[in-house]
Amino acid sequence: MIKHFLNLEWKQYFRSSYWQKSMVINILMVFFALYFIAIFLGLGFGLLFILKKAYPDQDPFVVANGFIFYWIIADLLIRFFFQKLPVMSVKPLLTLPIKRSTIVNYVLGKSAISFFNFLPLFAIIPFSIMLIGDGFSSTLAVTWMFTMFILVLIINFLNFIIEAFSAKTELSALPLIAILGVLYALNHFEIFSIATLIGDAFISIANNPFFILIPIAILAALYIYNFKILKDKLFLDSSLKSKVTEVKAADLSWTKRFGDIAPFLQLDLKLIWRNKRTRSFVFIMIIGLLYGLFIYPQPQFADMVWLFPFVGIFVTGIFLINFGQFIPAWDSGYYKLLMSQNIKYEQYLRSKFILMIMSVVIMFLLSIPYVYFGWKILIAHFAAAIYNIGVNSHVILYGGSFNRKKIDLSQRAAFNYQGTGAVQWLIGLPLMILPMLIFALMNWLVGFEAGVATLIILGILGVIFHKKLMNLITKRYLVSKYKMIDAFSQNN
Amino acid sequence: MHTENLSKAYNGTTVLKIADLSIPKGQSFGLVGNNGAGKTTYFSLLLDLIKPTTGNITTNGIVVDQSEDWKPFTSSFIDESFLIGYLTPEEYFYFIGDLRGQNKADVDNLTAKFEDFFNGEIIGKKKYLRDLSKGNQKKAGIVSALIGNPEVIILDEPFANLDPTAQIRLKQILKDLAEKQGVTVLVSSHDLMHVTDVCERIVVLEKGDVIKDLETNPATLKELEAHFSGSMMAAQEEEE
Repeated sequence: MIKHFLNLEWKQYFRSSYWQKSMVINILMVFFALYFIAIFLGLGFGLLFILKKAYPDQDPFVVANGFIFYWIIADLLIRFFFQKLPVMSVKPLLTLPIKRSTIVNYVLGKSAISFFNFLPLFAIIPFSIMLIGDGFSSTLAVTWMFTMFILVLIINFLNFIIEAFSAKTELSALPLIAILGVLYALNHFEIFSIATLIGDAFISIANNPFFILIPIAILAALYIYNFKILKDKLFLDSSLKSKVTEVKAADLSWTKRFGDIAPFLQLDLKLIWRNKRTRSFVFIMIIGLLYGLFIYPQPQFADMVWLFPFVGIFVTGIFLINFGQFIPAWDSGYYKLLMSQNIKYEQYLRSKFILMIMSVVIMFLLSIPYVYFGWKILIAHFAAAIYNIGVNSHVILYGGSFNRKKIDLSQRAAFNYQGTGAVQWLIGLPLMILPMLIFALMNWLVGFEAGVATLIILGILGVIFHKKLMNLITKRYLVSKYKMIDAFSQNN
Repeated sequence: MHTENLSKAYNGTTVLKIADLSIPKGQSFGLVGNNGAGKTTYFSLLLDLIKPTTGNITTNGIVVDQSEDWKPFTSSFIDESFLIGYLTPEEYFYFIGDLRGQNKADVDNLTAKFEDFFNGEIIGKKKYLRDLSKGNQKKAGIVSALIGNPEVIILDEPFANLDPTAQIRLKQILKDLAEKQGVTVLVSSHDLMHVTDVCERIVVLEKGDVIKDLETNPATLKELEAHFSGSMMAAQEEEE
């Protein structure tokens, strides 16, 4: 049975039009993977020396275990945003003579061989080897190593349970961040030292291999719980039962002032508000707005002026990047309708453009309080906002014409966590890094004012040539029209 | 509406080949054929959703794949992917109306005429289109294609998934459109009876070729039935 499943996935992956179009992204992903592997290997081999140097009077093994708590928190957070349960279209399988438990076991088993689980091994194994080399007993090192393997899997399955629960709530990441924040605070203010507790637990397991049964039991319990959640979802009626939601209509007549693009603007606003996937933008925008708070209060960043535009682009452009990169895939479900209706492509694109511009302006206004950390930040943010309006908005619209992956807005059955993942963030990177480089160069050559001026001039140039650029972009969309229609009518 | 030398091939396999086919204004035109005969392909070409391999289609003197000027007078409903799932039927009608220069009152007037067709399940229910049943989605889609006084209406399989009452009502609607309002109506169907009822002219496609072109008369149904039972193993009732 597993053989059949693997075969199905292989075909699904390589026969989708997405694969053929996104070689660059695939190569980029491999590159990133290699990069992280290198970092972890370095960490694995180097950690012992680092610890000895940093804490010369303590046992490095004890210190290392003290850090496991932070690892768990960081790993959970990263996985929550990047790792999704492997997708599998189960509906066609349900009527076939396949046991439900086989499907569930397969999906869970597949999640265990995720890159997220392999990556830590590149640090854990070298560190264990170094421990033995340093004179620790090999039983201790090997037991510790296996405990860490199990810990990685525990985090893996714990994450899916958290995701399953958070998928039901509106602001999905909030509970997780709240709980982890409280744990971190308890630990940080030494009300209750969880870090030491977990560290001690690992040390005692390493000293008494028999205790390894405890993490194994936890792992088994988590697996069984996951199994239960998924198996309950594996019934068609959960997706067939039409959950009828009462329509909440808002008055959108104010959009009329935008003239001929008003119908599209209304449509986009409804799109964002009425679909779960797009509604999470509200949350993403809050995160984006607060991003500066992670950077600016830290004294070591205060002099790194070149970083300001990067943060500025991120803060003012977070909606632009997240929404923009899936144009026109948001409308993929009814793309054929739009293409046969009495509309001009240019109107359609202009409505998306206006929406993104509005978001940039709003985000900039909301980010004004950052002036508290220095007026340079405000100016840099302003330049970044202009750059977003003039350059990034056009770039992302242009990039959209290469979009070939359908987004199914209506789907929210089990196993569907479509279209969110690492790739989404990768695409945004050039949009943020390029202006940062331009600014950094000018800042280094001439000065802060020159850097800001360059970004603003680039942005204004974009605004001046808006009509010309839009014509160019519209042409691009017309050229790829048939390919997009074809790709959007595919299911995977 | 004139089709000339039209063909569509995928990787060298020709799926549609029409040398010459003219549909005069105001005709109700039916397209029948087994699965894979090229009905939907032809309709997609009419709407410029796929690119013809050779030849082209001209409507009112406009070459469909070169200009977009056919859009104002052409409307269509091919499948559920024409619906916007997160809108209510009313909002969807208004949206289409907006695109076709009709205000809310115009749209309301039009949809009011279809109350019996909707059977009270579409309007005023505060449900999203995605939550409607397949049949009700189809009803909403068909009516949306009638908004804005189009001169050409293209409907792919309009009878499939509809309940018997709605099928009968739809037949009247389509007949009215062609006879009284001079609208060119193009429908495809697997149901020979419905097509012969509605259409003045029926074209049979088989493996992408036009093999019959009939003016409808009382003997047409028999002729079609004889044709399909002879050529294929009674696959004519099959739904896609």
